[in-house]
Amino acid sequence: MIEIKNLSKTFPSADNTVEALKNVSITINDGDIYGIIGMSGAGKSTLVRCINMLERPTEGSVLVDGVDLGSLSDPELRKIRRNITMIFQSFNLLMQRTCLKNICFPLELAGVGKAEAKKRALELLEVVGLPDKANAYPAQLSGGQQQRIAIARALATDPKVLLCDEATSALDPKTTHSVLQLIREINQKLGITVIIITHQMSVVEEICNKVAILDHGVVVEKGPVSDVFSRPQSAAAKRLVFPDGIAETLPIQDGEAHIRLVFNGEGATNTPMIAQLAMDKHIAANILSANTKTIEGKSYGNMILGISGGPEKVKEAMEYFSSVGDVIVEEVTDHVR
Amino acid sequence: MLDKVFSPEKVNEALIVLQNEFPLALWETVYVTILATAFAIVIGLPLGVLLATGDKNGILPLPKPVMSVLNVLINLLRSIPFLILMIMVIPLTRAIVGTTVGTVASIVPLVIAAFPFVARLAESSFREVNPDIIEAAQSMGASPLQIIVKVLIPESVPSLISNATIGITTILGYSAMSGIIGGGGLGKIAINYGYYRYKTLIMIMAVILLIVIVQIFQSVGDRLAKKSDKRLC
Repeated sequence: MIEIKNLSKTFPSADNTVEALKNVSITINDGDIYGIIGMSGAGKSTLVRCINMLERPTEGSVLVDGVDLGSLSDPELRKIRRNITMIFQSFNLLMQRTCLKNICFPLELAGVGKAEAKKRALELLEVVGLPDKANAYPAQLSGGQQQRIAIARALATDPKVLLCDEATSALDPKTTHSVLQLIREINQKLGITVIIITHQMSVVEEICNKVAILDHGVVVEKGPVSDVFSRPQSAAAKRLVFPDGIAETLPIQDGEAHIRLVFNGEGATNTPMIAQLAMDKHIAANILSANTKTIEGKSYGNMILGISGGPEKVKEAMEYFSSVGDVIVEEVTDHVR
Repeated sequence: MLDKVFSPEKVNEALIVLQNEFPLALWETVYVTILATAFAIVIGLPLGVLLATGDKNGILPLPKPVMSVLNVLINLLRSIPFLILMIMVIPLTRAIVGTTVGTVASIVPLVIAAFPFVARLAESSFREVNPDIIEAAQSMGASPLQIIVKVLIPESVPSLISNATIGITTILGYSAMSGIIGGGGLGKIAINYGYYRYKTLIMIMAVILLIVIVQIFQSVGDRLAKKSDKRLC
């Protein structure tokens, strides 16, 4: 278990100090695939570097299985880092070493014998699906293959935690998908806890079970992905979940009010709600935007409806939707952009 | 003028010198250059490591005064013209070699002139290494020493070879200059015959040979650098 407690990080500079992280607290349980998502400059990369103390936090602590990493000496920390390994956006393989030697590298650092290291590296090449690339150099591989080698290298020391810092941001969607599948496999088969730093919503949707949203150094929302995604509370979360606000893209009719429906689960998907509304309540809803996503195998959707006819009609429509199971309904007043 | 330089008796004389003195001079030049470069690398490379890693935020932070002294010393040595440095280090040469003239004696000033240069070249090679790769090594629990030995140096090998080539050709030039204070080699021949005795043809031949040696060093260095670089496949 990783407990990040009241963590703050400031970067002092001559004229203004930058507060990269402010009072961040997150608990990550064993076996989680925990997403930390935020826009550029939100402090994600600093946060992940505080987890393995590549950056020492200014305040607060990071506890891994109860051990406060901030209290460790440099040599002790280096030992712990074999348990908390990391992969990067730009892969960061040693360019003058073959793939096999790259995977051996952390074992070499740990003082593992050559023959044993090689044996382990060959096994890991199988795990990441590149057994034929042992003697190739990183420059000969595609981005996706390089990231697989980097994953194999990160697994070499049998870590408990894998930190992924924008690990798929430099990859195309198809490669991203296959790398994420590999990470999920590793999580499930080897029981490794995974922390994923990303700015891509799709990455969190695809493999994370929990998520924290970071905005300007502050955790504005956190919890199971399905909760956060089906009812985002903060402006930052709404910006990520509903990336396209409607006010700018659709003409607003006079006197039309907007309501947002969020449905998660069978009750909602089995009911023809819009048709029922028209037939039972005689209210014609104008669908302004709609989309569905699949998170952890369940369908989640959200829809923005335009309702005309005054506040009573809107109230009536909202009451109707509230009566349907698995639907959350709210009036949209500030269109999130 | 040209027919004076290339008159039959001058050509004849030059050919005799070429036969009698050039083989030894060539050997002396090559051996002094290679030996001086080797010593300069032995001293300069570790200093280059310190220069590249000793900053406050570096891999192996050193006390600020140590870095300042190191930097000033290197800049100082690099700013003294070689001709003057050769003369200034004469007492040191005598203390180390026992004599101040001859081929072996010329190695001392060459090394002193070259190691600060080599240190700067090495520093620039090490600074080219992608800092993200160093961070990755840190994230795997590498100690500062392991980063230097297993990441910094191996990753900069192609650049180090290129810079060693620059170093060796510069030292070759210096070694020719050491002919003035009694160092041996092609430089001595060029100065003794060309400058003191107005035998231009002999000087030209010595210079041509120096050019050929530079060309050989450069092309061998380029080839080795390229061959060692695994990024270019």
